Amino acid sequence: MSIQNINVALIGNPNTGKTSVFNQLTGLNQQVGNYPGITVEKKIGFCKLPHNIKANILDLPGTYSLNASSMDESVVIELLLNKNDKLYPDVAVVVTDVENLKRNLLIYTQIKDLEIPTILVINMSDRMESKGITLDIPYLEEKLKTKIALVSSRKGHGIEELKELIVSYKTIPHEPCMNASVIDEEYFQKLQHAFPNQLLYKLWLVITQDVNFLNLDRNEIRSTFTKSHSELKRLQQKETIKRYQFINDVLKEGLKVDASMAKDFRAQLDRVLTHKVWGYVIFLAILFLIFQSIFSWSTIPMDFIDSTFASLSSWVAQELPSGILTDLLSQGIVPGIGGVIIFIPQIAFLFLFISILEESGYMSRVVFLMDKIMRKFGLSGKSVVPLISGTACAIPAIMATRNIENWKERLITILVTPFTTCSARLPVYTIIISLVIPDERLFGFLNVQGLALMLLYLLGFGTAILSAYILNKILKISAKTYFVVEMPSYKLPLFKNVAINVVEKTKAFVVGAGKIILAISVILWFLASYGPGRDFNEAEEIVKERFVNTPLDETEFENEVASQKLENSYIGIMGKAIEPAISPLGYDWKIGIAIISSFAAREVFVGTLATIYSVGDSDNEATIKTKMQNEINPETGQKIFNFASGISLLLFYAFAMQCASTLAITKKETNSWKWPAMQLFLMSGLAYFVALFAYQLLK
Amino acid sequence: MQNTIHTLKKGEKAIIKDFDIELIPLKLLEMGCLPGNLVELLQIAPFGDPLYLDINGSHVAIRVETAREIEVELIKNNL
Repeated sequence: MSIQNINVALIGNPNTGKTSVFNQLTGLNQQVGNYPGITVEKKIGFCKLPHNIKANILDLPGTYSLNASSMDESVVIELLLNKNDKLYPDVAVVVTDVENLKRNLLIYTQIKDLEIPTILVINMSDRMESKGITLDIPYLEEKLKTKIALVSSRKGHGIEELKELIVSYKTIPHEPCMNASVIDEEYFQKLQHAFPNQLLYKLWLVITQDVNFLNLDRNEIRSTFTKSHSELKRLQQKETIKRYQFINDVLKEGLKVDASMAKDFRAQLDRVLTHKVWGYVIFLAILFLIFQSIFSWSTIPMDFIDSTFASLSSWVAQELPSGILTDLLSQGIVPGIGGVIIFIPQIAFLFLFISILEESGYMSRVVFLMDKIMRKFGLSGKSVVPLISGTACAIPAIMATRNIENWKERLITILVTPFTTCSARLPVYTIIISLVIPDERLFGFLNVQGLALMLLYLLGFGTAILSAYILNKILKISAKTYFVVEMPSYKLPLFKNVAINVVEKTKAFVVGAGKIILAISVILWFLASYGPGRDFNEAEEIVKERFVNTPLDETEFENEVASQKLENSYIGIMGKAIEPAISPLGYDWKIGIAIISSFAAREVFVGTLATIYSVGDSDNEATIKTKMQNEINPETGQKIFNFASGISLLLFYAFAMQCASTLAITKKETNSWKWPAMQLFLMSGLAYFVALFAYQLLK
Repeated sequence: MQNTIHTLKKGEKAIIKDFDIELIPLKLLEMGCLPGNLVELLQIAPFGDPLYLDINGSHVAIRVETAREIEVELIKNNL
């Protein structure tokens, strides 16, 4: 018997546990990608079902209805309207939360109008008892014209029953459960008359939504059946009321709540977590805990990774036959990969905390708590989430701005998010701080180096907020301001969901950044290992001539040759060319190269210096650090990495826009080159001048 | 003066009467903010904004500027 493939679409409101159901059905058998052309995440998983059926399960973005107000929601409509889409569902599964059944059923009635076979999942059934809820399933199935699976994705109950229902999708009813067209019968009759072959509800969606619908000439529909914006909205309101009337009637019989049975910690928890003093104290304490643990807990695995890659590098150099390929491997590729892998512990910790905060429902309380304050700076309470996740990486952070409804607030959040200290800045900060800030304790307990790092984080947040304030005054955009946040009930985060989220996000970061870093370290290695003309190619002779009167031992000779070669390699020539521009900031040409290469990605800085400060030596961080410490400016006789140039570098990295991926995502999300260009030039200009002032002041 | 969600005190319940549809986001309607439905003011954020409501069983937070546009009729406590 051959295997049959079917498409299943998971649809539902946010906070219904839709993703938990998805994880239960598919396990780790999932693929995350993007919808073509937009950055909405596309999650597909696979699930083997009885009777040789294989289901492709599509986890659609959470949406409250089929009225699209964001890109995420348009994806849902476009898929459901396009029968030719290769993911067009054979069966839709609408996931609802038993505690919010009334609201969650709204989208269900809309999906039913599309005449797709639809299964209704009532999730969180484990909470029914404690909430005093009883359901009359046969009655609900009859009225809603569907099959119901009572599921607890938390406990894993009901998943097998759901699978059985999916298998028998051909017997699932697909007719609508109500008639919404009564809100304006005359209008809808005319519409149906004009397009007798089309579903009425589809036509209505085409009229009200801004979606691509291939089979119909939308201009034709629009010109004949257009209504003014407010008339349409009034009809949509009528439609919503009609749907709620139907749902209320059904639930009056089908759902009973014994309020005396309900136990709820929500009110008590809310009182504390949104308290005008305790709310902020708790929020700050949580932030403090997050940053503390990221720095103290992740040093152990990071040190381990660091030393592993250092020994791997020297192992490769010793064991493989010497030659160009071995050099490329031991000096270019292995340190390059090590430079990415070393981020994993910190990034994983950050994503771990962020997904716990989101899963538990706490993040919405933070949004509620911070909205008024953030609005003073032209931001929204919802900007807190991107600003916090920006400390991991600006890319997911900018994508997280999508649920900010007000365009101006959203744009400002996108523009200022790259100021927050992302994890790519961390290795730069760490190494420079360890070079120029004394390892001492203030008042006996405050580690000065740790303090410096914390100040840099605060500087990042402070600059973000301040520039938001300025942008808010400058940008003349009038956007409809509204703000609606669902406050979900508190839940213990599910280990499986958190773990899958952490693994996925970390993987995406490592693969994405890894490709860039790997490519750049190979190019750098090449540019540093080859050069034009006699100065490079006859380095040995030149060094011999220069030291003809001073005897050199073998190592000294080799070091001299290496530095002669580097200075005259392609990269040395490029570095020398930009030296005049950066020497007022206290940098030499080698740092210049590191800065140029980190315009693709900041984390390249340390790796670049590792490659530059010697081609030919094993390079674990300790040796890079020693080498950096020993670098002397030939003109001044001072150390290259001294207090003044160190501070200037730190400030440069705090402000400069050095991340090609962030620019790309800003372009995608704002749909214009204007805003990423503004980020690039304003941020980097600011970085240049601040670093210049700092160096001139301190030197 | 007409009562709006903004004039409610913490813990008060009311019935939604009317609002200018142009000023209210569709998303809020979908959450159950419709004439005839019950609304309760659960919490007021520090600094007086936003407001945390139970609308028709949905828990949502909205800003004062939106709350001001939604007329309500207060339900008197059972005396």
